[in-house]
Amino acid sequence: MADLLIELFSEEIPARMQAKAAEDLKRLVTDGLVEAGLTYGGAAAFSTPRRLTLTLADLPAMSPDTREERKGPRVDAPEKALEGFLRATGLTKDQLELRDEKKGQVYFAVIEKPGRPAAEIVAEVLEAAIRGFPWPKSMRWGKGSLRWVRPLHSILCILTGDDGAEVVPLELDGIKAGDITRGHRFMAPGEIRVSSFEDYESKLRKAHVMLDATARADMIRHDAEQAAFAAGFELVEDKGLLAEVAGLVEWPVVLMGDIGAEFIDLPPEVLQTSMKEHQKFFSVKNPKTGRIEKFVTVANRETADHGATILAGNQKVLAARLSDAKFFWENDLRKVAETGMASMSDSLSNVTFHRELGSQAERIDRIAALARRIAPVVGASPDEAVLAAKVMKADLASEMVYEFPELQGIMGRYYAKNAGLSDAVADACRDHYSPLGPSDAVPSAPVSVAVALADKLDTLAGFWVIDEKPTGSKDPYALRRAALGVIRLILANEIRMRLDPYIDIQLLRFKDARRDDVPSEGVEMLIDEIADHGVFGAAIETVLKAFGEKDGQAALETLKTEVPDLSEDLLAFFHDRLKVHLKGEGIRHDVIDACLHMPGNDDLTLLVKRANALAAFLATEDGANLTQGFKRANNILTQAEEKDGVEYSFGADPKFAEDDTEIALFKALDAADTRIKPAMESEDFGAAMGAMADLRAPIDAFFEAVQINTENQIVRRNRLNLLAQIRDICMNVADFTRIEGT
Amino acid sequence: MAETQVTKPKSFQEIILRLQTYWASKGCAVLQPYDMEVGAGTFHPATTLRALGSKPWAAAYVQPSRRPTDGRYGENPNRLQHYYQYQVLIKPSPPDLQELYLGSLEAIGIDMALHDIRFVEDDWESPTLGAWGLGWEVWCDGMEVSQFTYFQQVGGHDCHPVSGELTYGLERLAMYVLGIDHVMEMPFNDPGAPIALSYGDVFRQTEEEYSRHNFDAADTERLLRHFEDAEAECQSILEHPATDPKTGKRIVMAHPAYDQCIKASHIFNLLDARGVISVTERQAYIGRVRALAKLCADAFVQTEAGGQQPEVAS
Repeated sequence: MADLLIELFSEEIPARMQAKAAEDLKRLVTDGLVEAGLTYGGAAAFSTPRRLTLTLADLPAMSPDTREERKGPRVDAPEKALEGFLRATGLTKDQLELRDEKKGQVYFAVIEKPGRPAAEIVAEVLEAAIRGFPWPKSMRWGKGSLRWVRPLHSILCILTGDDGAEVVPLELDGIKAGDITRGHRFMAPGEIRVSSFEDYESKLRKAHVMLDATARADMIRHDAEQAAFAAGFELVEDKGLLAEVAGLVEWPVVLMGDIGAEFIDLPPEVLQTSMKEHQKFFSVKNPKTGRIEKFVTVANRETADHGATILAGNQKVLAARLSDAKFFWENDLRKVAETGMASMSDSLSNVTFHRELGSQAERIDRIAALARRIAPVVGASPDEAVLAAKVMKADLASEMVYEFPELQGIMGRYYAKNAGLSDAVADACRDHYSPLGPSDAVPSAPVSVAVALADKLDTLAGFWVIDEKPTGSKDPYALRRAALGVIRLILANEIRMRLDPYIDIQLLRFKDARRDDVPSEGVEMLIDEIADHGVFGAAIETVLKAFGEKDGQAALETLKTEVPDLSEDLLAFFHDRLKVHLKGEGIRHDVIDACLHMPGNDDLTLLVKRANALAAFLATEDGANLTQGFKRANNILTQAEEKDGVEYSFGADPKFAEDDTEIALFKALDAADTRIKPAMESEDFGAAMGAMADLRAPIDAFFEAVQINTENQIVRRNRLNLLAQIRDICMNVADFTRIEGT
Repeated sequence: MAETQVTKPKSFQEIILRLQTYWASKGCAVLQPYDMEVGAGTFHPATTLRALGSKPWAAAYVQPSRRPTDGRYGENPNRLQHYYQYQVLIKPSPPDLQELYLGSLEAIGIDMALHDIRFVEDDWESPTLGAWGLGWEVWCDGMEVSQFTYFQQVGGHDCHPVSGELTYGLERLAMYVLGIDHVMEMPFNDPGAPIALSYGDVFRQTEEEYSRHNFDAADTERLLRHFEDAEAECQSILEHPATDPKTGKRIVMAHPAYDQCIKASHIFNLLDARGVISVTERQAYIGRVRALAKLCADAFVQTEAGGQQPEVAS
């Protein structure tokens, strides 16, 4: 048994790639070894900015011998068959064995592979791993053709057994594997010879390299917390930054410094962004003032002056950055003080949103118009929603957001407050982009919700009109995220709104802007009609009639199919996103399907309410059995309807009932109906399904006792009509035909 | 790393001189700046074109560079519309390029034992040159002092062999080394000289003049015409047959054509500063300059310097 140690030593590996690269190395090497028949005990992978390291325990000295028999063609088979067999086995004809079988003589190949030394296998597997390494981006250097993330300098590859370490013979584009590594770039740059993983790890530590990224991160966090604590401050936790910083250093040294007093009054988001994004500094908060007053930087070395020079340098760089930020902040505030938010929002008319979708100013007007219509539905003041929509993107024209794009919205809130706008409007500036990611918080303040919805619906409608929909993995305008945002806004706030009319309205606004032949007057009428009555088809008929023979009627008429086609497609996109979202919440896809195929499916809150009730119902024994009962009824009915060429939807008559179970079913259906109808009207799906559950026993009993297709045609028809009643009741609640077999 | 104690430089020009001496000692040809307006040292044909083809190359030079949009009338402590870059290009990239680079920092007085030097991921891309490479920005105590790039592609051509490129932002680096907070206060020559000049003495007035010109005065109509002219000229230069009818020699005019590409790029930068290019148009202009750069790269690889064997006269 021997232990394997591999180190791939290169120029600095991007921090964000290190952890995955270490895991990839482990996977590629262990998979390769196992494939070649070499087992191993345990594996561990490590990364630093300059190295990927893998150690495997307990490799056998040799892979086991293998013997494989393969049956070939019969002797009298065509020559071609034999040729194929020889090719497949890599043998020659005289190496084959002939064996007698029942049907005659058959060629057999016996392939015996002797075990191979572990070193040989390791060399092959490692070479393949290096050459096929899945770096997100790789490069060539010098005259070579080898690709690595940055120039690869050396390969350490040793097998350590009872009698010492053996270098695995491997040479790759001029790099010969050895047993040599190097320490810290500056603190211990010399060569180090190692004989085992333990030896390697401890010698590296002496050479100022902490091999384990988790240990580095732990140390950074611990030291930073201690430094902050000792000064009576608190470290602002940031796991992402911690992981990144741990990937930038081999020998972390935590240094804490002051943010200049002149910068402390900048918005905390500005301080944090500037420090984190540009300098990789942690923020340190003064618990007494609640402000960020210090920073922690992590150096990659110790120095004779205990980091004084390094800290002073970092402080200076930060001061330069923050004085820039302060300059922008003060400029922006001065403008806001002079002319309010208009100072910024006015210049958005010169900024293109998208080549085919007009300027930011036009976009804002569209969003404002939609926000006005959505506002009452979500409990917001229409005027406030319009005001919010008009100013919420103004900060895109501010100097601060030009410099720090990640602060969009956040700065808008500050500027809106400074302009004397209400908190609701200011918060809407910050929150209208939300929710961004699937775990991002969903706004709940009515004005924020109104403009967040309007913003996203406008974006989706626009890109649908110019046919720039997401395809496969390509979604350059983040439209999936926008749709999910709409879904989460509606569901989290339990908003009752039909999406269709709003989609239609926004599609129409784009059509109006893009088509000269369509009269704007007509489009406005149409939008008003849709807003009042909600149905596009009826609205356009009304408008066409009102429009009479005036110019542009023909153009208006083209919208009749164009808009509903787009609208349906966009709604289907919403439904797709909803399915993905609900699946994540554990709701089966067929349950969602069963609800999607019901009327009012553009009311997402209603749809989900139905789906939740249905999922809960199906989870009960009654629910599962009733579904079976429904399916049985539906199958019999469908077959009979096909055979007879009629639809059985006529009311069944209890007077033709022959069997007690049949009479009982009539009664049960009546009773259920009187409970289900009001429940459905009040959208109490739980109660409706509870009433349906009571049908289970009578339906089961009915099927048990009664033959549907009897000789007596009157009785048969009556029974089929009775089944139709079951179908109607069930289908009224959800499309049970979509529920998959239980 | 050498343990020799290096003295602190006293002025901006001393830092430049030390870099020149250092890279000369490492075998680079110390070239002079290119005599055209460029946005960065990379535009010098000694980098852009020489990174192409198989011939070895090692050059170092100062390149005055212009970024019209960065003009701040000489008031901003760090931003200038005209500044200097120090550029090193070595092909093929030597295996010890990082050590060579660190040596240059020591040469200008950065004590490696006291500072924290870091190589932080930064993939370089020049959309106007159709070029990209992988490398880092080099940090000294949290301050970006250089760009370090292994060129992978230039003008749409794969680089074989790969060049290593180092770019130092000279003002920023010098301010750091000299401990100066405002660029205009930096000593340009020795502060003890009989006529001591600061960076501001040399450049404050020109920063003002060019800021005004770039933002408000440059005639956009004329610039647009110049852009079109440079574009047309570049293309027409390259349409000439490879063989010169007068001398009978094969003379591909890659460099004269590339001059026009540089010109178009600078005019585009001026138009951008004048604020007459919309976000969408921006991409289109960049694409047009890139198309020129690509044509020039295609032409250069047909030349001897671009690695083509000289043709036997037929």
